[in-house]
Amino acid sequence: MLLIHCPYCDDTLPELEFAYAGEAHIARPADPSALTDEEWRDFLFIRTNARGPHYERWRHIGCGRLFNALRDTVSDRFLTTYKAGEARRPLTNEAAE
Amino acid sequence: MTYEKHQFHSAPVLIEDLAPVLRLSLRVKPAHRDTLARVLGLDLPVRVGARSAAAGTEALCLGPDEWLLTAPEGTDLTTPARAVHADAPHSLVDISDREITLRLTGPAVLDLLSACCPRNVAAMPVGAAARTVFDSATVILWRDGIDSFRMDVWRSFAPHVRSLLAQVQGEIAAGL
Repeated sequence: MLLIHCPYCDDTLPELEFAYAGEAHIARPADPSALTDEEWRDFLFIRTNARGPHYERWRHIGCGRLFNALRDTVSDRFLTTYKAGEARRPLTNEAAE
Repeated sequence: MTYEKHQFHSAPVLIEDLAPVLRLSLRVKPAHRDTLARVLGLDLPVRVGARSAAAGTEALCLGPDEWLLTAPEGTDLTTPARAVHADAPHSLVDISDREITLRLTGPAVLDLLSACCPRNVAAMPVGAAARTVFDSATVILWRDGIDSFRMDVWRSFAPHVRSLLAQVQGEIAAGL
């Protein structure tokens, strides 16, 4: 079982307490009515589908909070987790782990 | 002639229902936490899983802006909170009937819980509490002693949780 570190509880807990919630850092359009159909499609449906490090959102059932994680989709290893709203963690950090 | 003294336990784990209590869900932004703590007359801990108690009322920090307050039935916590609502916006909701409380005690209680809780229950310090899952049902676990737990289960999940508990209890009693 995967162990995931919740940045709000500051605790490393089993995967079963967490739920995956899609790709992270997808900003809502500032002016939705100005978007073309193609831009809407990209915002709603087009995702990175990364092979390797992937920024994604997870929700912890314990504290009820969504947070961001950087997970390697090949090895299924969590490289880092950080609070929602924080800036995207650079990919260079993961080499240190 | 030798003789042996046997220590017969009625059950390695005892599961009992506790009397209903008042449960309130408090959501308040960190900026107004101190105001709410003052009018409610209790400390609102900041660390997730930490508890505090004052005059029969207990507060448990469930999340960065979420607390569960428990108190004897009939305690009035909403009136003092309503008085400061304009200055310290918050939500204080009565959820007393949403859950039932089970008390789990006995030397095998950790075996019973670890059969269905993925979290390392044995590592929970006495006096701590956590919202976690019990075979996919969300529960709140309080550790009141080395082998004494309280578990809040949503009413609709209770039959499922009870049947699992009874099943594991039977397996423990049979020495499996």
